[in-house]
Amino acid sequence: MRKYFLLIILFLSSAFQLMAQPTADPSTMESHGKIYVVMAVCITIFTGIVIYLIRIDSKIASLEKKND
Amino acid sequence: MQRSWWKILAVLLLLYTFTAGFLVQVPVIGNLYQTIRNLFFHVPMWFGQMILLLVSMIFSIRYLRSGNLVDDIKAREFARTGIIFGILGLVTGAIWATYTWGEPWSNDPKQIAVAIALLIYLAYFVLRNSMPDIDKRARVSSVYNIFGYFIYVPLIMVLPRLVQSLHPGGEGVEGNPALGGQDLDPAMRMVFWPAVFGWTLLGVWMTTLLIRISKLKEKNWIHA
Repeated sequence: MRKYFLLIILFLSSAFQLMAQPTADPSTMESHGKIYVVMAVCITIFTGIVIYLIRIDSKIASLEKKND
Repeated sequence: MQRSWWKILAVLLLLYTFTAGFLVQVPVIGNLYQTIRNLFFHVPMWFGQMILLLVSMIFSIRYLRSGNLVDDIKAREFARTGIIFGILGLVTGAIWATYTWGEPWSNDPKQIAVAIALLIYLAYFVLRNSMPDIDKRARVSSVYNIFGYFIYVPLIMVLPRLVQSLHPGGEGVEGNPALGGQDLDPAMRMVFWPAVFGWTLLGVWMTTLLIRISKLKEKNWIHA
């Protein structure tokens, strides 16, 4: 469980850090017709769904344990 | 939670899809422009549906051979996720079509065919719920599920290719040239197949959750 969260958070934080770095081109998020904004939104939604799935999964697992 | 390597793989593949899917250089084809990126999101819904429904059919065959009610539960839940993928594919397709074909529903042969296919699978659940006897229900709906798959495949794979279609691959495609099988851009292929695999695995994950809930709910019947 913790492993999954760590994996996702690691992945995300690295991605956002890359975006947030003040580079020579200050407008990374604003470039290419602001497509990166859409990408960030999609990744955020997807991460939320995955965390939700993991929580459901662990809830079922605890129910299964109780039923054994 | 049940730890499995393929759940991690699904998440990583989809994170890759959502990143590379927006960043990869795409060719400009017809009036598609950037919407061609929908290939990584809309099309995997259908690939995923085909795979999930295939698995559902295999479990139906297994039920008929074994008589084990767990196989029937698995067939049922895989069909359920398959329907959800189909509805999502239909809706995303309609959104895409609004801006490329000019209207959300243009009675394209593939649109009509998948609508029928979805109704066939919805009927599977109507059929199931119409029978109170557990064993009879499992047997009859297994047979229906196997027939259903062999109607579903020609409906979405064969028929749309025999007639004129707005979708790529149809006979005499005109008006909106789009991607066919062979001329899929190599860079896009590098995102497309991981996307298909990732979305399908996500569907499998959701299905296993449904199966585990059903097993908990129906354990009195299963062991009876």
